[in-house]
Amino acid sequence: MVGIVIASHSRKVAEGIYDLATQMTGSNHSIVQAGGMDDGSIGTDAILIQQAILSADQGEGVVIIADLGSAVLSTQTAMELLENETIKVVIADGPILEGTIAAAVQASIGATLDEVVEAVESARDVLKLI
Amino acid sequence: MTTAIYRCLEKINNAIADNKTFLSDLDGAIGDADHGINMARGFGEVIAQVPQDEEDISIVLKKVGMVLISKVGGASGPLYGTAFIKAAGAVNGKRVLDLDDIIALLEACLNGIKMRGKATVGEKTMVDAIEPALSALKEGKEKGKSIGECIELACKAAEEGVEYTKTIRATKGRASYLGDRSIGHQDPGATSSMIIFKAIKKFYTDEIE
Repeated sequence: MVGIVIASHSRKVAEGIYDLATQMTGSNHSIVQAGGMDDGSIGTDAILIQQAILSADQGEGVVIIADLGSAVLSTQTAMELLENETIKVVIADGPILEGTIAAAVQASIGATLDEVVEAVESARDVLKLI
Repeated sequence: MTTAIYRCLEKINNAIADNKTFLSDLDGAIGDADHGINMARGFGEVIAQVPQDEEDISIVLKKVGMVLISKVGGASGPLYGTAFIKAAGAVNGKRVLDLDDIIALLEACLNGIKMRGKATVGEKTMVDAIEPALSALKEGKEKGKSIGECIELACKAAEEGVEYTKTIRATKGRASYLGDRSIGHQDPGATSSMIIFKAIKKFYTDEIE
């Protein structure tokens, strides 16, 4: 199954999104949250994200969804630290909450890495008011 | 027995800590007011975690980078962290630095920051302080200046870079949300870079010259 990492400035945000996503998937997931600093304060930690990528990987690659700009920088730093590993890692560009939910559902039904990335990107256009 | 590189890092940490409120206030004007807090946290951890007696400067710089990418929290974590990690690669195994090494080190820092942040000069970022500082070092070397004189020229260039950032609008980071309202405010990242250069100058003047 494709792994998913939630990279947020806030641990509460990452944990909350994790809770929503795993409610949809049940125990059939490989989602790891990587939010906030290790003392619980707001910020991003590239080492934490690197460790989350390693945890989430089940051999089919890992998709990362980030909240704001510097979460992307920290994630790219984490990916560079993993350059010598054979894990395929991609940052998917979509809203962190809706994107993670879409990714979690796709990954749980056996989607490929590219399909999970596409699901996150499609979440950008979903309208909520009908 | 602490090494020179460690004592230089202590000077940097002290300068950042002394300017913590100033940097956060600058960031409060055009950002989210946490640059000083983040930098103080990051460099405080550097002093706590970096070995005091490691003589291989590249090992020390790599460790500084790894601490910063984890402990700063804001964008300056991956930016300064990547800078120090790349700098380590430029001075592999060295225990003493000459002027060529210092230039290679700063060039690696700048290229790391530009690669990570995708900024160039004129976008109101730390690049606006660091790139002029690097040019000043290179010019100083060409003119046959001493290391101390080159560092002084680099600091002046960084100061001018910081002044320049007041005249332009932000295009990166949270300050970019303010557009033209960011004009008139100096960039916090360029300011912390200048503070770091001045701390290195002070270390050089106090201990090496």
